[in-house]
Amino acid sequence: MNRHSFDSRVKGVSLGTTILAVKFAGGVIIGSDSRASMGGSYVSSKVINKLVQVHDRIFCCMSGSLADAQAITRAAKFQLAFHSIQMDEPPLVMAAASIMQELCYQHKEELSAGFITAGWDRKKGPQVYSVSMGGMLVSQPFTIGGSGSTYIYGYADAKYKPGMTREECQTFAVNALALAMGRDNVSGGVAHLAIISEKGEDMKEDADRALSQSRCVMGNSKAKE
Amino acid sequence: MNKLSPLHDKIYCALSGSAADAQTIAEIVNYQLDVHSIEVDEDPLVCSAATLVKNISYKYKEELSAHLIVAGWDRRAGGQVYATLNGLLTRQPFAVGGSGSFYIYGFVDAEYRSDMTRQECQEFVVNSLSLAMSRDGSSGGVAYVVTIDSEGVEEKCILGNQLPTFYDPDI
Repeated sequence: MNRHSFDSRVKGVSLGTTILAVKFAGGVIIGSDSRASMGGSYVSSKVINKLVQVHDRIFCCMSGSLADAQAITRAAKFQLAFHSIQMDEPPLVMAAASIMQELCYQHKEELSAGFITAGWDRKKGPQVYSVSMGGMLVSQPFTIGGSGSTYIYGYADAKYKPGMTREECQTFAVNALALAMGRDNVSGGVAHLAIISEKGEDMKEDADRALSQSRCVMGNSKAKE
Repeated sequence: MNKLSPLHDKIYCALSGSAADAQTIAEIVNYQLDVHSIEVDEDPLVCSAATLVKNISYKYKEELSAHLIVAGWDRRAGGQVYATLNGLLTRQPFAVGGSGSFYIYGFVDAEYRSDMTRQECQEFVVNSLSLAMSRDGSSGGVAYVVTIDSEGVEEKCILGNQLPTFYDPDI
C-alpha cells in the first residue's frame, strides 16, 4: 500500500486515465474517461473533465499528475492566446502541440504529465498530436494514451481503418474507451468526447468556421462487451 | 520455444512467466496425472489437471513466478479453460496471460462470443496473438495453436510472416 501511494502523496491526485484521439476526413474526435484517483485505491472524482479547450478549434486531453497537467494546460492556453493575437489569425494545432512539448521537455525533471492535442486548422485540416511525458511530439492518425491505453492497443490496432466516417470514428472511440474503462481500475466514470470538425451540422454559423461539439456518454450506456 | 505443453492426451497447458518454473510445473503435473489416470482407470478430467497445477502454484507461490493456463477436453464437461494465476483456480470461457496479454484485453473483451465455431475460434486466437506480438517486446516469433476436441488434437505452427497484419499508424 505504501509503495503504491508514495507517488501520489507527493504529487497529490493523479489521472490514471484513458485518453484517445482519432482523425477522420473533416475533423477529429478526442475523448477521455472521467476518473481521478489517489494511489489507485480511492476515486477522488468520478466526473472530472480531462478535455481542455486551449483554443476555439484545439483541444487537449490530460494524463498523469492532475496538478501538473492543469498547470501546463493553463500556461499553454495563455501562450497560445498571446501567439494568436500576435499572428492575428487562429493558431495552428502544431503550434499548440509545440507549446505543450516545450513545457513538458524543459521541465521534464519536475513534471509528470502526458497529453494528446487534437484540433482543426485552416493549413493542414484535422490533426492529432501526442505529447508524451518526457516531451516527445509525434503526429499520428489516431493515438491512445494513459494507463488504460495498454489494454486497448490490440483493439485499436485491429479496429482502426484509415478513411473512417465520423460515425464510425465515434463508435470506435466510445468502444475503445469503454473497453479500457472495463479493465483498468484507475479509469472509469463517463466517456467525454469532443468532436472538432470543419463545419457543424446543426449550428447557425459560417460554413467555413470550425466548430466543436461536446458529447458525454453515461457510464451505463457504453458499448456492451 | 513452444510454450504449449501436453499434460495428457487431451489436456494441454500454456506456459508464461519464468520458463524454468513453468516447465517444471508442467512436467510434475504430467507425471501426477499419469499416476492419477492409472489409479482411476480412465482419462483424467481437465478439472483434475487444473487442480494439480493450482496446488503447486499455491503451495510454492512465494518461490515460483509462472502462470499456466490449462485447457482441454474430457467426456464429462467437454471443452474447458482454467486459469491458475497465483494459486487461484477459475474456469472461464477464455483466458489470456503473459506480458503481452495486457495489450489485448480490450480486443478479446470486444471480440469473444460464446457461440463461435472451431474455425472462428482459431481465427480469434491467431488474431489476438498477432496483435499482442506486434505490441509486446517480449512476445514474438511464431504462433503455436493447439485445437483439442472430442476427435483429437491438432497442433499448428503459424510462421511470423503468415500471421494476420493490422493497420499500423506509425508507418
